[in-house]
Formats: sequence, C-alpha cells, structure tokens
Amino acid sequence: MTSIGATVKEPGSSKHYKTGSWRTFKPILDKDKCIDCENCILFCPEGCINKDYDIDYDYCKGCGICAEECPVKAIKMERE
Amino acid sequence: MEIPEEEFLAPGHRACAGCGATIGVRLALKMLGENTVAVSATGCLEVITTPYPETAWKIPWIHVAFENAAAVASGVERALKSQGKDDVNVVAFAGDGGTADIGLQALSGAMERGHNIIYICYDNEAYMNTGVQRSGATPYGASTTTSPYGKESFGEDKPKKNIPMIMAAHGVPYVATASISYPEDFMKKVKKAKETDGPAYIHLHQPCTTGWGYDPSKTIELGRLAVETGSWILYEIVDGEFKVTYRPMQRKPVNVYLESQKRFKHLADEEKERIQNYVDQICAELKI
Repeated sequence: MTSIGATVKEPGSSKHYKTGSWRTFKPILDKDKCIDCENCILFCPEGCINKDYDIDYDYCKGCGICAEECPVKAIKMERE
Repeated sequence: MEIPEEEFLAPGHRACAGCGATIGVRLALKMLGENTVAVSATGCLEVITTPYPETAWKIPWIHVAFENAAAVASGVERALKSQGKDDVNVVAFAGDGGTADIGLQALSGAMERGHNIIYICYDNEAYMNTGVQRSGATPYGASTTTSPYGKESFGEDKPKKNIPMIMAAHGVPYVATASISYPEDFMKKVKKAKETDGPAYIHLHQPCTTGWGYDPSKTIELGRLAVETGSWILYEIVDGEFKVTYRPMQRKPVNVYLESQKRFKHLADEEKERIQNYVDQICAELKI
C-alpha cells in the first residue's frame, strides 16, 4: 500500500471530543430578551449556537464573547 | 446580507476559549461553501483543528509544512484544473508567521504565477502556537517572548511589515484587509475573492487572547478597537483600484487600544505618542 501521509477520513470528527468541560462560566440566554440579531451565532469561536439560539454546552468553552457582544444583554455568564 | 447557516468547521477543536482564528475561518468557510479545498500552513489553526486522528474540517483539507501553504494550494489548483474541475474553490489559511516570514517566498511565487487561489492570512501578530515569539507582523512596541520589555528594551522595535501592500505590488486582481470584528465586511470580501479569476489575498486581523493578554470575552471588542483607533485599516484593492471600505465615525485615541492589552501595558508616554503620530500620519493620507 502506498502511504499518502496521515489521513483522517471522517469529516468534522473533532465533535467526538467534548470541550464543554473546559468551562468555568456558563452562558445563559434569556430568549424573551433576544432580538434575533445573530451576533452570538456569528462570533462564537466554536460555532456551537444554532439558528434557534440553542447553546450546545457539550462544546461551549465559556469564553463569554456571546454575552459581551449581545446588544440587549440577553446572555448572562453564570459560574458552573 | 444573507449569511449561510451551514458550518464547515466542527466544534470540539482545541482552540483557546475566545479564539479569534476559528471565528475567522468559520465565517470564511460559510461564504466559500462546500465546494472548497482548504490548505493550511503550520500554525495555531493547523494544530487546533487537526489533533490526529481527529479533524474539525468538514471539507477536504491538507497540511504539508510551514513554508509552503501557497505552493500546496497552487498544486491543488493546478491538479483540479487538469481534471477539469474548474468550479472548486482553493483556499489557503496561514498565520502571520506562515505568511510574513516563513511562507513569503512561496506566497510571492504563487501570486506571480497567477493561480486561481484565495489566500487568507489570519494575523494575530506573533507566533502564538509556539509561545508568542515576534513575527514580521508584530506591531511596534509589542512585548513578546523574543522582544520582551525591560531595562534594555521597550518591546518590538520594528514597524509591522505591510504584507497586503507587498501582495498588491504583485499586481494581483484582488487584495483586501479585514477584521473578524466586522463580519459583513470580511464576508463580502471573501465572496469577492471567490469570484475573482486569479489570485486573491485577504489579510484578516484577529485578536489573540493568549498572546495579547486580555480577557477571552473581549476578542471582538479588541478587533473593533484596532479599527476604531485607526491602528488597523479596512480596505480593498480591486484591479489596482484602492478603496477604504470602513471609516470610523470618529477616530478614538490609540491609547484606548494599547491600554486594554498586556503586550502594550509597559509602554511609556513617549512611545505611545510615537505610535499615535504614526497612525495619524497614515490616517491623514487616507482621510480617515
């Protein structure tokens, strides 16, 4: 067999590694306050907020960018 | 602007909390779409997205070495072309080290040969992956582990190497600067780069919580301050035509940007003034 270097055949397989355990502060979104501006979705380094604004805590590292960039302060960071 | 929902970078990657590079890559891939091959130089992005045997990429991705992202992208483009696959986007992502220093000759060659590739430099202004060593793109006054401040030094004593202008000097059809803090501006530029026939270069400014020394939640805020103070200017050069794409309503003093980061905390008033004068001079030329 010819070696073609190290190949990984499953696209996006990093999802098997849950980075949620890195978190000390957890973002909690108050959907009643949310104005659907998409800032948190766009700026999330993990891409773990979906279009319905559900935060995937399996991967959220708790950086707090979403809370910081929310124009109506609908996201609060709470200690785990 | 309609922003596609689909994500091509999976979570579970090992970037620091608050990483700016992954934000930039996510946004770029949204615009490039599924029909894309990505190439990375060695650097933060390569290390955090591909902890073997895992990968965060949902599109074909290849890494060879530090210095040759542009050469590998050239080869991929030519191979696809010879197979008649002209509709595939080929994008290279490299850091400032892999672009301004180690990969410069490969990049210059690829630009000169006129390959139909998109090259995105994610610039966090030092070698962050190996422990914050200075690069050609480190700005004046910044303290890094190889340009530390102390009795003998005030930090980096050279100005930031102007890579986008070096790329423009190659006469390529599309050159732009961007910031992760202005996603619409950045994504529009990625779209233009995608539609460009020939080489396109985008220099993406991207704050780094670990290397710059600020709270992870402030990544976007820092990028915004860089632009609002005139320290980073958003422009594009289409077929040689230069245009500033964003002008701050009222330019903030550079101090606001410098004082919010550990790497500039040591600067004396004299050096801050020198930086302000330098920024003023550039902004005066561009009427910002």
